[in-house]
Amino acid sequence: MLARAVMADGGACEAQKRIGRVVMPGEALLLPGHAEADGERLRLAANGPQKGRLVCGPGLRRGGEGLLVTKCGLLRYRGPGSGSGGVYWVDSQQRRYVPVKGDHVIGIVTAKAGDIFKVDVGGSEQASLSYLAFEGATKRNRPNVQVGDLIYGQFIIANKDMEPEMVCIDSSGRANGMGVIGQDGFLFKVSLGLIRKLLAPDCEIIQDLGQLYPFELVLGMNGRIWVKAKTIQQTLIVANVLEACEHMTAEQRKQVVAKVLEN
Amino acid sequence: MRKRYGEARGWIGAMETEQKKCDSGDLPSLRRIVCEQGLLSRPDGSASWMQGDTSVLAGVYGPSEVKVSKEIYDKATLEVMLRPKVGLPGVYERSREQMIKKTCEAVVLGTLHPRSSITIVLQVITDAGSLLASCLNAACMGLMDAGLPMGSLFCGVTCALDADGNFTLDPTAKQEKEAQTVLTFAIDSIEKKVLMSSMKGTCSVEQLQQCVAASQRAADTIFQFYRDSACRKYSKW
Repeated sequence: MLARAVMADGGACEAQKRIGRVVMPGEALLLPGHAEADGERLRLAANGPQKGRLVCGPGLRRGGEGLLVTKCGLLRYRGPGSGSGGVYWVDSQQRRYVPVKGDHVIGIVTAKAGDIFKVDVGGSEQASLSYLAFEGATKRNRPNVQVGDLIYGQFIIANKDMEPEMVCIDSSGRANGMGVIGQDGFLFKVSLGLIRKLLAPDCEIIQDLGQLYPFELVLGMNGRIWVKAKTIQQTLIVANVLEACEHMTAEQRKQVVAKVLEN
Repeated sequence: MRKRYGEARGWIGAMETEQKKCDSGDLPSLRRIVCEQGLLSRPDGSASWMQGDTSVLAGVYGPSEVKVSKEIYDKATLEVMLRPKVGLPGVYERSREQMIKKTCEAVVLGTLHPRSSITIVLQVITDAGSLLASCLNAACMGLMDAGLPMGSLFCGVTCALDADGNFTLDPTAKQEKEAQTVLTFAIDSIEKKVLMSSMKGTCSVEQLQQCVAASQRAADTIFQFYRDSACRKYSKW
C-alpha cells in the first residue's frame, strides 16, 4: 500500500519506513533527522541526531537530501554498532559478481604469466594472483599451481578502476583455509543472493544438509560453490539440493532432505 | 485499466481486439501486460515481456569483459542487439537498436563499471504492434533483473494518431498500419520526462503534446506494473 503511495506522487519516503520492502531504481529515501526540514544537505559529521557515520551500502547512492536507490531489491538496515551509525543496503537477486575488497571467492587459474597467475573470478576482469601470496611461498619455493586449478582466495585490491588482486594468505601470512582447492569435488554456480544466505551465521540450509552426509563445502562470494562428499553420488545429491534451494521454501527443503534420507 | 480477455489466445494468428481510441480526458488504456523475470539461466538478467500479443524476450549480460577496440576508459560500453523473429537484423533493426541503446545509456549508471561491457539482446517473438515500446520495456525489466545500477527506470509507450486527430495508446499492428502517425516515447520514472521519441508520419504540435501527456499517464500504469512484479519476485525470498 505504501508502495503505491510513493509511486503515485513520485516523492521521497523515509528510509526507515521502507526497511524490508522492495525498492526500485530512482526512488529517493530520506534519512531520519534530515527529513525535508529545510532541504539542507545531509551532514556526515557526528553532530547530527545519529551518532557515528551512516554507511550507504550496495545499491544506494548519496544524492539530494538522502539516498537514491540504484538497484531493485529489498532495503536492509543494520543498526548502529561499534563506530558506525548504521548501514543501509539493497539486497538483490543477482547473478553477475563485481569484485569487492575483502571478499572470499573461488577462482579458476586461466594463465601463468611470469610471477603472477591470472584468475577468473566471474567479474568483468580477471584477477591477478602473485605466486608469493601463498603460505610458505618464497622466490625459490614456488607454490604448485597449474592452469585450470581452483583457488580459494581473498581480494586485497578491488575497485572499479583497477585490476583486482587476490591473495591466498591473511595479514599474518597464514593460509587460513585459503589456497588451491584439491583435485576432485564439484564446482557449480548459484545466484549471489543464495551465497549470502548460506554464509549467514547459523544458516538452516547447511544445518539441514549436514544431516545427510558428511561433506566439505567451499562458498565463494562470487556465486561459486565447491562440494566434495565421500562418493560422487553423494556429492551430486548435495550439489543438486543446494542448487534447488534457491526456489524452495524452508518446508519444501525439509521435505526434500527427508526424502533423500529415506533412500 | 488493463484490457482483460476471456480466454488465452493459443495461436499467434488470432486478431486482437482493437485498442479503443481515446480523447485527452480519458484514462489511458493499455493491452494486457505479462512479464516474467529471470527465466533464462545463462544470461545475468533476463525478462520476457508481453503486451497484448506482442512478445519480446530480453537477455542482459554485464558488467563483463569488453573488447579492447570497444573499451571506454571511464564508463561501460553498452550494446543492444535486436533480433527479428525471422532472418537477420537489417537496417530497420539497427536504427531501433540505436534508439534503445541511447535510452538505456541515459538511465544506466555506466560510470560505476568502467572498462566493461553491458550487452542487451532483444529477441522479437511476436510483433502485434507497439514493438519498439515492448522492446524498451523488456530491456528495462532485463536490466532490473541483472541488478545493474540505474538512475531511474524507463518505459516505452506507443501512440497512434488517425486522420481525424484521435489517438490510440498501445495500438495493435492493424491500428498502426491504418494510423496517420505512430509515435513512441521512452519515459523515465522520476519526473516522467521523455528520454527518447520516435515518430512516423506527420502531426501538429498540439497533437504531439497531447500524445506525450497521454503517454506519461500510461507510463504510471507501467511503472506500477514494474513495481508489482518486483514485489512478487522478492516476496518468495
